[in-house]
Amino acid sequence: MSDAALRDPRIPAPVIDRPEDYLHVEQTLSSWFFTTDHKRIGILYLVSITGFFVIGAIAAGIVRLALVVPDGSILSNEVYNRMFTLHGVIMVWFFLVPSIPNTLGNFLLPLMIGAKDLAFPKINLLSWYVFVTASLFTLFVLLWGGVDTGWTFYTPLSTQYANGYVIAAVLGIIVVGYSSILTGLNFIVTVHKMRAPGMTWFRMPLFVWSLYATSLILVLATPVLTIALVLVFVDRAFGLGVFNPEQGGDPVLFQHLFWFYSHPVVYVMVLPGMGVMSELVTAYAYKKIFGYKFIAFSSLAIAVIGFFVWGHHMFYNGITQYSALTFSLMSFIVAVPSAIKVYNWAATIHKGQIRLDTPMLYAMGWIGLFVIGGVTGLMLASTALDGHVHDTYFVVAHFHYIMVGATVVAFLGGIHYWWPKMTGRLYSEPWGRVSALLMFIGFNMTFFPQYILGYMGMPRRYAVYPESYQVLNVLSSAGATILAAAYLFPMIYLVWSLWYGEKAGDNPWHAKGLEWTTTSPPPKHNFRKMPIVDFDPYDYSNEPPEE
Amino acid sequence: MIQRYLPHYPSQLWPWAASSMAVEIDRIFVMWCIVLMFLVVPVFVFMTYCAVKYRAGRPADRSQRESRNMTIEMSWMIAPFLISLVFFFWAGDIYLRQQNPPPNAMVITALGRQWMWKFQHPDGPSEINDLHVPAGRPVRIDIRSQDVVHSLYIPALRQQEEAVPGRTTSMWFKADTPGAYRLFCSEFCGADHALMAGTLYVLSPADYQKWLKTAGGGQSIASTGKRLFEAYGCSGCHGPSGTVRAPDLAGLYGRVVPLQDGSTVVANDAYIHDSIMQPKRQIAAGYKPIMPSFAGAMSESDVTALVAYIKSLRHGREQSP
Repeated sequence: MSDAALRDPRIPAPVIDRPEDYLHVEQTLSSWFFTTDHKRIGILYLVSITGFFVIGAIAAGIVRLALVVPDGSILSNEVYNRMFTLHGVIMVWFFLVPSIPNTLGNFLLPLMIGAKDLAFPKINLLSWYVFVTASLFTLFVLLWGGVDTGWTFYTPLSTQYANGYVIAAVLGIIVVGYSSILTGLNFIVTVHKMRAPGMTWFRMPLFVWSLYATSLILVLATPVLTIALVLVFVDRAFGLGVFNPEQGGDPVLFQHLFWFYSHPVVYVMVLPGMGVMSELVTAYAYKKIFGYKFIAFSSLAIAVIGFFVWGHHMFYNGITQYSALTFSLMSFIVAVPSAIKVYNWAATIHKGQIRLDTPMLYAMGWIGLFVIGGVTGLMLASTALDGHVHDTYFVVAHFHYIMVGATVVAFLGGIHYWWPKMTGRLYSEPWGRVSALLMFIGFNMTFFPQYILGYMGMPRRYAVYPESYQVLNVLSSAGATILAAAYLFPMIYLVWSLWYGEKAGDNPWHAKGLEWTTTSPPPKHNFRKMPIVDFDPYDYSNEPPEE
Repeated sequence: MIQRYLPHYPSQLWPWAASSMAVEIDRIFVMWCIVLMFLVVPVFVFMTYCAVKYRAGRPADRSQRESRNMTIEMSWMIAPFLISLVFFFWAGDIYLRQQNPPPNAMVITALGRQWMWKFQHPDGPSEINDLHVPAGRPVRIDIRSQDVVHSLYIPALRQQEEAVPGRTTSMWFKADTPGAYRLFCSEFCGADHALMAGTLYVLSPADYQKWLKTAGGGQSIASTGKRLFEAYGCSGCHGPSGTVRAPDLAGLYGRVVPLQDGSTVVANDAYIHDSIMQPKRQIAAGYKPIMPSFAGAMSESDVTALVAYIKSLRHGREQSP
């Protein structure tokens, strides 16, 4: 039991023996905007992606509102198309990709391996500036000019036929990609070079393993997106014709390039979430993780195999039978490491000391949503079945189960778990549990009907749809309002806790890991003296934590 | 007559199936859902059981806790994978049948463009957005696009195929149950994507013949092609009185054509189409690459008619329609 929790609140905290924490060491605005402290940059990222999340969520809300009626009388087709493009572009590139790696990852990676900072602190700050500048520019383009190609920018729609500011939007996304590459490089070098004495590879927390795998994907896949979008740019701006069959080009080439990035990038979204899960499950089961090495290597396996499945987005565009079947088989194989993780987490809970606190509720919900999302992904990878549900709401439901059900839920669970470490404050536990539960209910109510809609044959990206699909669409939109509340509550009570929350103490959850051995919030250079690691990860003893 | 084909628009929670292949795909889906239950339910039951039994502070037997077990790891790695592989083969088998149309299939050409479908029947009539096919007969649809990527999607057949500019893709089906079914574009194609929808009418063979008559059958597409062959000046080189040395097109269809680079190609629809639109791409051996490209100068439906005419040219030019 740390002495902070026992302290009489009337007696001021003895601050003399503690260095100033990273939040209070400097208070000026410029100390934030020119900081090279990975923790502050993590906070900067957190604030900016939360802003983008709110905008993307509002766009989603408008889309769901428009779909309450089948005849498209709420939004014109054009505005509807721009709205889902706005939603997709913002959520994918300005929220999901940077979500966990650039906030929690930035904040925790050095803390977890016992380093003072990332390997390249200035490059870390540069990554944030590149991200914010390019994403604000793209947002401006999307709001004032409008783009209606969808986030996929399929050619030749984007290169020859679409109206709107495709060129500007594409340029913005290209530049945002550099921030991903910078962060990925930084993480890889940090993991290789900055580990504390005794922190061997197999003593690293699994969150670090997942960040490492994620960084590999970011560094290897993002350049391909850059190439694809540069070609869209030159095709549209100068009529080069790479994707134009009349000039000897091929629109399918774009799909190959695009999905070569965009499928691995799904794992960029979900791998860090899996890393967060490993931390949450062990901490709240108070037990050593089951199958550490299997989970660690499955992250790398996902990163590698994830590069060979992109063709499952293209079964029905005339690719050969052999490639379709190969990509189908590879997609079945890439599911194996994900399954390994899920079973290992379930086994970790066995014979633990389980506390159903807010982060654990998110974690258990995560497993449910991820398994459904994953198995429906296998259904989509089954060639002939894909012929029916491809490009329908079934796909929409599937990837929202992965991207919201897995990434966003893990992000929220992780934010709650590490909130005391990041801010030094405790949030309201009852509100936290209510929000986690609302999230689960609202999410399923929003997206489960979309599976049915998809199997019933409703194509995606339809501003107008046949009346027989209305009931399920209304149900989905109703669920979205609950989901909105589940997003809104944490924003309110977490911000509230910054001023009014109880002081957390160094380790309120009695969790293991280097980040919990330092103060909350940590001092500017993380540790008062260099930590020496002489213990295994998740070294939970048999004794139950004192409450 | 059409009134008898009441729309099979689903009001329940299962879409109508118009072909036996659709029923097969439903079967895979149902089986998958059952397997999903088998994979998921034990995990949930186990987690709930643990959350209750091993709740912090509750006394329970927590001895012999493990954190590694190779046998368990290997079994849950391999068993679910092998189970799921069944679906890879099962779906793959149907997929291969979908990809290989029977040779006796009736061929309809579909042309996607912003934002409508145009269907061209072999015996003359063409229609917009709606498609009439006879029940019980294999139908192959050759799909092209005039502008962007579209996708012809017929939920009642559980099938779709993209229309990709510059390529010919195809899907085939044998619809068994007469009725009216929805037909969509499922690949986002611009502002009015959602309006690029119509109805598939599966008619009994007798009704289909009647429909052909009322829809203006008889005006064959190949005869339109013949007129265009003159109008575009193709006959100037490829015709019997041609002044330039150009390949004779009679009997071309289905033949193996030697190319200048030493390879060969079978003269199918796609080859003839591409030879008109991008003549420099595949040069027939022994001829100079002097033919101009008609890309941009000729609409897709005109090319389709020309291809139909060239296909009809058997040996001896006079047999043409």
